[in-house]
Amino acid sequence: MNIPSDLQYMSSHEWIRVDGDVATVGITDFAQDQLGDVVYVELPEVGRVVSAGETVAVVESVKTASDIYSPASGEIVEVNDGLSGSPELINEGPYENGWLFKIRVDTVGDTMSADEYAKIAQ
Amino acid sequence: MSQEDLKRTPLHDAHVRAGARIVPFAGYAMPVQYAGVMAEHHAVREGAGVFDVSHMGEFRVTGPQALDFLQFATTNDVGKLKPGRAQYNLLPNERGGLVDDIYVYMLSEGEYFVVVNAANVDKDFAHLQGIAARFDVNLVNESDAWGLLAVQGPKAAELLQRHADLDLSSKKKNSVFKATLFDFDVMLARTGYTGEDGFEIFVKADEAEVVWDKLLAVGFTPAGLGARDTLRLEAGFPLYGHEFGDDIHPLSSHYTWAVKDKAFHGREHILEKASGHKLVGLTLDKVIAREGAPVKSGGEVIGRVTSGSMSPTLKVPIAMALIDANCIEDGELTVEIRGKEYPARVTALPFLKK
Repeated sequence: MNIPSDLQYMSSHEWIRVDGDVATVGITDFAQDQLGDVVYVELPEVGRVVSAGETVAVVESVKTASDIYSPASGEIVEVNDGLSGSPELINEGPYENGWLFKIRVDTVGDTMSADEYAKIAQ
Repeated sequence: MSQEDLKRTPLHDAHVRAGARIVPFAGYAMPVQYAGVMAEHHAVREGAGVFDVSHMGEFRVTGPQALDFLQFATTNDVGKLKPGRAQYNLLPNERGGLVDDIYVYMLSEGEYFVVVNAANVDKDFAHLQGIAARFDVNLVNESDAWGLLAVQGPKAAELLQRHADLDLSSKKKNSVFKATLFDFDVMLARTGYTGEDGFEIFVKADEAEVVWDKLLAVGFTPAGLGARDTLRLEAGFPLYGHEFGDDIHPLSSHYTWAVKDKAFHGREHILEKASGHKLVGLTLDKVIAREGAPVKSGGEVIGRVTSGSMSPTLKVPIAMALIDANCIEDGELTVEIRGKEYPARVTALPFLKK
């Protein structure tokens, strides 16, 4: 299972990469593997202000729909438009082209390191 | 129920070896997918897949009144069956619903095989025992004695033929017959629940794993419950617990053809009481309507989604829904998903016309 050491993780299987005051968010390799083929993604509107832990997106596989929680408080500044036509990007590269949204961070919520996440992602 | 409490089919070890994701289903530990639902779905639509359906139940009915008993216990006309033929059928209850939907296989005069849904084996058997007491029949639950494999897809017959001892091309849909497959004595039925041509292989439980391994070795793709569900949904087939149930009237479905005007258990509740509901197909634009989602017309809730998924073949979200029969005139409805309403078009079943 791919768990990059330079990211932070939520117990609900989102990752966050903070770069300056903007962070990129997606779901983990473990999460996409558990979901199976992703067929639809509902992303937040750009400009929406969210709180850490708030439901902001939905990732749907053939069998199930999963809520996605924001790892940070702040404003959504960009969403991954490529997912609307190619939701399978999440399966193919959850840390790369399968990212979900970018957020201008006020505060990051409760996250854990890759080592800590590795203990629950199994 | 913990994983340890779940029953296992004779193929459990084979599924684990194949890397299947195992989930609880109807009291069994079952493979939901191997490589992935989409890949397995396409393998069945375009090639040849094999499913483990050993969790389903098998009852043998024999005796001088075997036909009379089945005729009274079910809604379809079992009298039309000839030896070597199979029939889709329904088990009505006493209140206008169904105990189960089943397949009846006529093996010979006075000898029938009944295949029931896994979750309903005990319930069905008890129900049928109650009716059987009035008839001169033997009813035996042979569920643990059988492995059941379903080979499905446009290439399934051709692939199976290479390893069977008789001409499969002469066997029509819904035929059932004994055969030798890979040197094992099996019963083959040209039936299935995917909307594709194919066969179901009844094999002794202790021989099922070898036959399964041989089927994979000759080119059948293992397919799990996930693909089975998307395939049957595209085909518009009802699934017990979703489109059919103890409180769902069979005349609500598009399977009214399986309810004949004859004397049967619970007849007055089925034939003489209109249900007021209708099962419809729905097609949405992008968002997936899952089971339980409210279906609305003019802001009023008129029914619920019973099954819904993305159609891997059509690449649009499809669903079946039970709705008020008076509300389907205009064909335009909405489905409420996560608090928002999305347009849905009433679509004739099956979704996939073949």
